[in-house]
Amino acid sequence: MAEAIRLEHVTRRLEGEVPVTLVSDASLRIDGGECVAITGPSGSGKSSLLYLMGLLDLPSEGRVWLGGADTAGYGEVERSEARLRTIGFVFQSHFLLPEFSACENVMLPMRRLGAYDDATIRERARVLLGGLGLEDQRDKGPRQLSGGQSQRVAIARALANDPMLVLADEPTGNLDSVASRNVQRTVLALAHEQGRAVAVVTHDPDFAAQADRRVRIVDGRIQP
Amino acid sequence: MIRLLVDVAARHLLARRRQSIVSLLGVVLGVSFFLSISAMMRGSEQDIIHRLVDNAPHITIEDDYRNPTLQPVSQLFPDAAVQLRHVVPQTETRGIRGYAQILDFLRRTPGLRASAVLSGQALASFAGKDRAIGLYGIVASEYAQVSTIRRYMVRGSLDELEANPNGIVIGDELARRMSLSMGDNLRIASTTGQVRTFKIIGLFHTGRSDFDAGQAFVALKRVQSMLDRPNRINTIVIKLADPNAARTEAARIEQRVRYKTVSWQERSEDLMSALAIRSVIMYAVVGAVLVVAAFGIYNVISTVVLEKQRDIAILRAMGFQARDIEGMFLAQGALIGAVGNVFGIGLGCGLMAGLMRIHFRVPGSTDVNYLAIDWSLFQFVLAGGVAMLAAMIAAYLPARRAAKVEPVDVLRGGT
Repeated sequence: MAEAIRLEHVTRRLEGEVPVTLVSDASLRIDGGECVAITGPSGSGKSSLLYLMGLLDLPSEGRVWLGGADTAGYGEVERSEARLRTIGFVFQSHFLLPEFSACENVMLPMRRLGAYDDATIRERARVLLGGLGLEDQRDKGPRQLSGGQSQRVAIARALANDPMLVLADEPTGNLDSVASRNVQRTVLALAHEQGRAVAVVTHDPDFAAQADRRVRIVDGRIQP
Repeated sequence: MIRLLVDVAARHLLARRRQSIVSLLGVVLGVSFFLSISAMMRGSEQDIIHRLVDNAPHITIEDDYRNPTLQPVSQLFPDAAVQLRHVVPQTETRGIRGYAQILDFLRRTPGLRASAVLSGQALASFAGKDRAIGLYGIVASEYAQVSTIRRYMVRGSLDELEANPNGIVIGDELARRMSLSMGDNLRIASTTGQVRTFKIIGLFHTGRSDFDAGQAFVALKRVQSMLDRPNRINTIVIKLADPNAARTEAARIEQRVRYKTVSWQERSEDLMSALAIRSVIMYAVVGAVLVVAAFGIYNVISTVVLEKQRDIAILRAMGFQARDIEGMFLAQGALIGAVGNVFGIGLGCGLMAGLMRIHFRVPGSTDVNYLAIDWSLFQFVLAGGVAMLAAMIAAYLPARRAAKVEPVDVLRGGT
């Protein structure tokens, strides 16, 4: 499978009176169809690594290659475009926009992309929600959905523009065991059935065990 | 793309209905007050200027010089070092000399109409009542072209002065005060002591009581005779096709005829500057209402930006650019401004219609007056434009702040 994301000796340092190193000399490659679990203790730099992979944050040193392209020269606009077209984010808290229904939340990235007409966007959102078992929930607001349902809506939203890379930051962290298992299956299927590259930050050892590869990070350093 | 930003903006505002309505009300009231007060002030200003331009000459040539003429001895020896004392000055007969040639010159100018006038003071007597009046000697057919007096004739006709040299046209207020009516004979005594009897052949009513009670029109030749100034006039009144050209045209005429030539702008300079100052004060006051409304908008959008940090971060993670976020919050300002404009202009129209119905009597006028309201598109564009500008400026600062939100900072705190 083709390379989706590659980090080369990436360091992220917060400058200040007391400089803090969030990620130190991290190198990592994830290919399409591969699910990589990122584990480690709290505050070890897992989420920071994910934000660097998702071009939300810029490395202090090192390079990030997305789909074979060096992102070092990307400005804010290019990084946003890359996120819109090639990256899908799922967070621990579902982060659905409360003023929009489930379906409308899923439609948002497609509307921003502007590649489809309204009818197509709505139909694609319905298909995505249907694929995650949320056919009947699409017109409900986020407050009317359970935690597991909301997280699956967030996954549908992350898949809206058919990204090659899905970054999930503790997607099961706030869910009960049943909902957690459903979300785990969904996330794994993104890699194994849909061929996407998936990076999952998780504290759950069972979830991590199901991934194709585990990367452990301690004090910002990827452990050998 | 704009639809998406407006959609998100509208949802944000609708989610904070009470705050949004309060800020919307600020804009509605601001626009309506701005519109109604501005329309009233502009209306009255235009009314005043209209009266100045319409009812008075655009240019007046007076029997005077802007710079006093030198006595012949001074003209002859301009650089004399020796002062000649007890020189008897030359006495000039007042009036515009060679006015026929001046009129010929003026009438060659396209779009210019001119009429000669000789005015003076006189005493009108009838049935034991005396009143001081201003006597206007005119050539009726010419004067009618430069004056609106014909429009104000309520009885008889100004043109009859040409057929009847012993006729006189007076104001209805003078007629009322002296118990005169059409056909009555009125004795007029001039300042030279000459007395003549004129038959009333016309009455006018302009609504200005001083004019209606104090002016009389008589054939020019009669007045020249009564004032003992044959072939002299003291004023040439001019109307232009384009009143705004009066200032430059007056300068051109004065350069040629040398007599003091005054445009309506020069004559009304004090009034025009007072009107300009009044406009500045008015716009400052009504603008302040919109500034207060802008603070309301700033407040609601700032609150939304603060509350929506997490949503901003997730939108940025989705691929929305910083300028999209800025546009989203600017759209909130634009929405409040636009909706506020619609309702504000509606309310403003109601206020303007209400103001038009207010009637009053001003000192010096015998007619009932109504507030002049300017309904021109300019008023609506100005009120709407200022409100939109205020709304956009109010939205700009929080929008900029929203665009600068670093998604990573928010996500780190939220996860």
